[in-house]
Amino acid sequence: MTATLVYGLAGSVLVGVGLYGFAVRRHLLRQILAFNIIGSGLFLLFGALARRTPDGTSDPVPQAMIITGIVVAFAATALAEALAERYQELTGRTALEEDSKPAPPDEQESELRG
Amino acid sequence: MAEPGLLVALPLAACLAAVFLGRRGALLVWVTGPLMLVLTWQLARAIPVVEPLGGWAPPLGIALRADGFAAAFLVMTALVAAVVGAYAATYFAADPRPRRAAAFWPLFYAVWTAVNLILLGRDLFNLYVGLELLTLAGVAMVALDGRAATLAAALRYLLFALFGSVTFLIGAALLYGRYATLDMELLAVALAPDTATVAAAALISVGLLAKAAIFPFHAWLPPAHAGAPAPASALLSALVVKASVLILFRLWFDVLPPLAGALLNALMGGLGAMAVLYGSVQAIRQDRLKPIVAYSTVAQLGYLLLAFPLAGAALGAQPWSAGAWTGAVFHALSHGLAKAAMFLAAGTIMLAAGTDRLDRLGGVAKAVPVASFAFVIAAVSLMGLPPSGGFLAKYLLLTYAFAAQQAGWAAVMVVGGLLAAVYLARPVNALMRAAPAEGARFARVPAVLQLAPLLLALAAMLLGILSFEPYRLIQVNNPAAAHEGLQ
Repeated sequence: MTATLVYGLAGSVLVGVGLYGFAVRRHLLRQILAFNIIGSGLFLLFGALARRTPDGTSDPVPQAMIITGIVVAFAATALAEALAERYQELTGRTALEEDSKPAPPDEQESELRG
Repeated sequence: MAEPGLLVALPLAACLAAVFLGRRGALLVWVTGPLMLVLTWQLARAIPVVEPLGGWAPPLGIALRADGFAAAFLVMTALVAAVVGAYAATYFAADPRPRRAAAFWPLFYAVWTAVNLILLGRDLFNLYVGLELLTLAGVAMVALDGRAATLAAALRYLLFALFGSVTFLIGAALLYGRYATLDMELLAVALAPDTATVAAAALISVGLLAKAAIFPFHAWLPPAHAGAPAPASALLSALVVKASVLILFRLWFDVLPPLAGALLNALMGGLGAMAVLYGSVQAIRQDRLKPIVAYSTVAQLGYLLLAFPLAGAALGAQPWSAGAWTGAVFHALSHGLAKAAMFLAAGTIMLAAGTDRLDRLGGVAKAVPVASFAFVIAAVSLMGLPPSGGFLAKYLLLTYAFAAQQAGWAAVMVVGGLLAAVYLARPVNALMRAAPAEGARFARVPAVLQLAPLLLALAAMLLGILSFEPYRLIQVNNPAAAHEGLQ
């Protein structure tokens, strides 16, 4: 078993674990964590792909993708955390409600505008 | 001068500038709007254009490519964004919450940047970055109000979109592992229908369907689009969800035709049909203006997927080649214009009436006659009545369905059109009702908030009347599969 295969398989397992958590858990923080576990697995997978060159040197393109991917995942996590925190402050909830009906508009809006 | 890179760089620069300008960011749109309209127009006259960024050709570098498909949507995006920007400048000028007004402008330009990048990009990882920028800006727009209900809608949207991101990225990793490139043109040349490629295609498609809110991934869209401030709703419904569908089109018609077949066509067409019927029925059941318009987006996106089973059907039996594909592109263009118009009109009506409950809207057509008229014109295009762009789109798709004796798909479109007439007749009827509800008082609104939706609604109408030039534009460098179909 080569090192590349170990990394590839480990990455795949992480993606699987993360997808399971993402689908099953309802707590918002757990879902955000699950997304990050999927991301870590994916980056490991990309890293393993970079090693698969015939002469054994590393392919720089997947490595560039990993760095970009980490930045994107970081931004998404920060936004999700901020939204989840504010949501918890306002409602006391840590999970979304099951039904998703469009909410009524802000009736104060036009009053505020006078 | 027609450099595709400029169409991404300019809104990105405006996005960064808007962060520092705060509420004064509203002034930027008077420069960026006209400038982007001119630049996209020039590009549309110069296509096909290829720009390898930094002089590096794929697979090492990234190329931006503008064909007719890209150019048509770039012009539509510039028009929608410029008008929505002018509307938002007035809408947020009187906003009692200054932070919301300041936060809108960087997000507005981030959406514009991401849409242009997605239209011009042909590298799957580059497209992924574009999709993420689009998603994060879109989610933040939904949460602009900061109320619990809109935060919940934004979070739900973000969770669906993140699921779509990771499946898209897993698919991209598989493709890179198999072909050592993510450039669409190079992939199309090297493509082999093996297990890894099929799995990658399935994962990427599921990711894009989730981000595009195609049935059964639609649950996040109505609360998100109905809850956002009116200018944000217009951008989200007209541009943001559509960008994912456009990548799906590029992927299957440009890169993956060897993998396509009857199963894919039935699946995509089936999802589209379900979206049309489910979205329309839900729209009929709503009793407020913005949720009706939002559910209508779920339904209208479904029509786009009908291009999969219908493209290339009855080859040679029609005078126009690539008719069903062109019909779907026309549908996306006219829906973008009409839906943006409709959400802007709904925002103006809400400002005047103080609510969007249908039973409280009686007499509002007297208070905001131009916005109400714009709503009706946009409704005509969404229903697919002549002479609108929506009519031309449905005419092309229907003719192909009948020529190929695919009566099932034709029936979906006819029923969808009738249901659209039902769900749009209710708000139109409510607007035109002469007697105001008891105790109703209407606020005065600035003229811009009435004229902006009218401009976009008329553009949707002109797309049908002056259809020759857009039709010719869309055909430049269109994919072979648009003619031959995905068999």
